[in-house]
Amino acid sequence: MSVFGDIFALMRGDPQADRVVPRSGQSVRLTVAVAGAMAFLAVFALALSVSAGRLADRWSDALALTSTIRLSAPPAEAPAQLATVMTILDQTPGIARTRVIGAEEQAALLEPWFGPDLPLGDLPVPQLIEIVETPEGYDDDGLRLRLAAEVPAAVLDDHTRWRRPLVAAAERLRLLGGLALALILGSTAAMVTLAAQASLASNQPVIRVLRLVGARDSYIARAFVRRFTLRAFTGALAGTGLGLGALLAIPDTGTAGAVLSDLGFRGQEWAMPLGVPLLAAVTAFWATRIAAFRTLRSLP
Amino acid sequence: MIEMHDAAYGYGSDLVLSDLTLRLAPGSFHFLTGPSGSGKTTFLKLCYAELLPVRGQVTIFGNSADALNRDAVARARQRIGVVHQDCQFLDHLPLDENIALPLTVSRRASATRTQDLADLLTWVGLMPRAHAMPPELSGGERQRAALARAIITDPDLILADEPTGNVDWEMSIRLLRLLVELNRMGKTILIATHDLGLIRAAKQQVGARVLRLNRGRIEAAAAEL
Repeated sequence: MSVFGDIFALMRGDPQADRVVPRSGQSVRLTVAVAGAMAFLAVFALALSVSAGRLADRWSDALALTSTIRLSAPPAEAPAQLATVMTILDQTPGIARTRVIGAEEQAALLEPWFGPDLPLGDLPVPQLIEIVETPEGYDDDGLRLRLAAEVPAAVLDDHTRWRRPLVAAAERLRLLGGLALALILGSTAAMVTLAAQASLASNQPVIRVLRLVGARDSYIARAFVRRFTLRAFTGALAGTGLGLGALLAIPDTGTAGAVLSDLGFRGQEWAMPLGVPLLAAVTAFWATRIAAFRTLRSLP
Repeated sequence: MIEMHDAAYGYGSDLVLSDLTLRLAPGSFHFLTGPSGSGKTTFLKLCYAELLPVRGQVTIFGNSADALNRDAVARARQRIGVVHQDCQFLDHLPLDENIALPLTVSRRASATRTQDLADLLTWVGLMPRAHAMPPELSGGERQRAALARAIITDPDLILADEPTGNVDWEMSIRLLRLLVELNRMGKTILIATHDLGLIRAAKQQVGARVLRLNRGRIEAAAAEL
């Protein structure tokens, strides 16, 4: 029997063939319920994976080409040392642009920790200089050595120290999301296989009659495949709907909980969970098909 | 149609049937008789490839049963109408759908299917019970329904296993008449029965050959039959 024949039969439907297998049975409710639950979990796993990927990309892109110089000089010497640092940066190949972070911007950065009325002039806050490098990048070791020699109070921080673990963690989270999705699919396949085998076993008298009147195994298998595929699709559709609803119901925590409120889909990503019911249907199709033919072969 | 050459069937070294050599010619009418447990049902199962011989050869419509794959068996069964002893039906389908089942599974499209089914139901006297569910049917109704299902695809061969086993004499004669009529239409008939009265009644209507299973072997029945 051809797979295409099965798929065509599935799409076309066959009301008469569908009736030859009894509709009742616990496997019906079991398949729909488990497909729904699995789809619900799959939506979350997908959302986790997509969000983690987005976070990793953002952190990676936003921080990869930037670095900062901290200049902790006594107030009297600060202007001269800042000028020296800027000169050094101008002379360093691989730097696209530099920007001295103003007092107002530095106050805004410190505001979450010290409050809005921070007297920045009274505190020994280092001067920050943002460096944006070219795609080719600059020689950070060389720059560090030169700064150490000419402006010892200036420290180059290229963010690598804290960026790498964050990006790695986000990437790992994306991978875990994908792994969870694969496990959910595998579990769905196992569950559908068990339900199909149970259904085939309990319908042995029906199979015997169908064979007696000249039904081919492909015909019998198709009746089961069609039923389980449609059940899994229906359950998964409902589960996906519930999952999407649950994602939309996550309260917006604003910037304070950016990572939490970021869990979900953005723009075109919303099309991705729509593939979950289809994936469930494809999984059920293959699981039932394999189980049906294996069972039919084992029957006399 | 069906040929057997030194065919045997059994489990291990214990043979239930052996030395089976015969030929069911097209349009012939056969009875297979013998005591209960003599292997009549097993013999019929060899004829429609539900069982395969452990020795010798069974040929179904010119093809060796051993060489038939599952699809070929299904195709062969579409040419064989089987009336089973226990009249197996799909209990979740009404009678008319059960009778039309061989057409459904073989996907035979027919513009006159509804009318053909109605004619058949009328012929076997089950038109008023067309929408009844199988568990609601009496023994005689089930036997007639099984016969109707066996012939709806216009098969070449009809195998009936104790078709009158669960019905009274009047119904037995009625079923026999239906089978004789089918034989006159050119169908090959093989009826397994231990009802000698039925065989005698049949011989008055049709030239039937009677085979007897004795200790697992086929032999011609006594002349008084």
